[in-house]
Amino acid sequence: MPVLRIPTPLRAYTDGQSNISVAGSNISEALTDLTTQYPTIKPHLFSEGGELRPFVNLFIGENNIKDLQGVSTPIKDDDKLVLIPSIAGG
Amino acid sequence: MLPELSRDEILRYSRHLLIPEVGLEGQRRLKNSSALIVGTGGLGSPVALYLAAAGIGRIGLVDYDVVDSSNLQRQVIHGTSTVGKLKVDSAKAKLMDLNPEIQVDTYNEPYTSGNALRIARDYDIILDGTDNFPTRYLTNDVAVFLGKPNVYASIYRFDGQVSVFYAKEGPCYRCLFPEPPPPGLVPSCAEGGVLGVLPGTIGTIQATEALKVLLGIGEPLIGRLLLYNALDMTFDFVKLKKNPNCRVCGPNADIKELIDYEEFCGVPSHDHEEGSAGAGFDITAPELAERVKTNHLKLLDVREPHELEISALPNAVNIPLGQLAGRLSELNSADEMVVFCKGGTRSARALELLASAGFKKVKNLKGGINAWAKEVDTNLPLY
Repeated sequence: MPVLRIPTPLRAYTDGQSNISVAGSNISEALTDLTTQYPTIKPHLFSEGGELRPFVNLFIGENNIKDLQGVSTPIKDDDKLVLIPSIAGG
Repeated sequence: MLPELSRDEILRYSRHLLIPEVGLEGQRRLKNSSALIVGTGGLGSPVALYLAAAGIGRIGLVDYDVVDSSNLQRQVIHGTSTVGKLKVDSAKAKLMDLNPEIQVDTYNEPYTSGNALRIARDYDIILDGTDNFPTRYLTNDVAVFLGKPNVYASIYRFDGQVSVFYAKEGPCYRCLFPEPPPPGLVPSCAEGGVLGVLPGTIGTIQATEALKVLLGIGEPLIGRLLLYNALDMTFDFVKLKKNPNCRVCGPNADIKELIDYEEFCGVPSHDHEEGSAGAGFDITAPELAERVKTNHLKLLDVREPHELEISALPNAVNIPLGQLAGRLSELNSADEMVVFCKGGTRSARALELLASAGFKKVKNLKGGINAWAKEVDTNLPLY
């Protein structure tokens, strides 16, 4: 299954897990699986209308899904997904 | 015409002169260059120290804060002897001791839409070492409008990010983050903490990128974002593309001048955790001390459990902010309640959540348990 890498600020909602295996043939299904496994992360990734929040950047390997087919982008079993949060500390 | 190096400077920079990619000409180029460092905190400390040591001819430091003891776990440009002094003065003294050959200009003022273009205009490169979203968007927009590279880095707990946002050659910060997160969703370092060495790792990479851009060598992080995690000890890179819909650097950009960044982000342009819930919703620490003598107030502590080991108030119920929405049934909306955290920011958000759930008799402890430790019980530690 593809593995989704969770950044530190969001690990509070994944029981501290940094890499989570997610099932699905595209990004949308993988994120649905993630939020089924860890429901409290959902409001941090999705707006109330169910859209991926604009400040959430999700990459497949090196590529932003915004530069591919968004949440419809197909994924393979060995894909590495990375969530990139907005952080501001300095 | 690049400036000559003196005999002393040739000795000082000899290890640079030995590298063919720098050499005498590169060092003269560094002497002729200028860098503006926005923020002299965790990132600004190593950035300023290494750029000064490297011989950047003119360094600008922007900060309006004073050195606090709680800075010294990571802000290594300052010291115990400069606690209470202006950060820009503390930093300048250290830099001039490290390298008296350079010029250091200080700006002891908040970096705002009113002064940022004036301050940044005379520098070749801008380094973003700020600690809040409004100043990050401001720093980006200033760099885009002035056509300058913005060497970006930010940190949180064990995570770091670095990129070079240079709209002339690649994406800008807004291409990646068109909008800030909603207020309160992403904790600041003042709320969530940061590993002290993390800004050292990330700041030195930031300084490296600035030197590469100024020297015109190597492959700067233009169009790439470095993601570092200290716990896993991983360095990952992702590709960044220019966003055709970017509102500041896209072909149809509609933001043509600096805006009100605090309004845009919905948060203040600092990360001092001294939160207030607004007039009528706050109670001060001395007021609370009086009230608890006569009233049966419920105290709700919304900090994380490990923070209770640092300081606590007797008889307070602990429900961390992140769990509050799911644990409202443990509270009685008829109770008169005072909610608190470390500094009053998280508790102000808790108050909003409680108010929307029908809790009418709730107040926020202004300044949090730290205000209590300053004004009521000075035996309690500050953190």
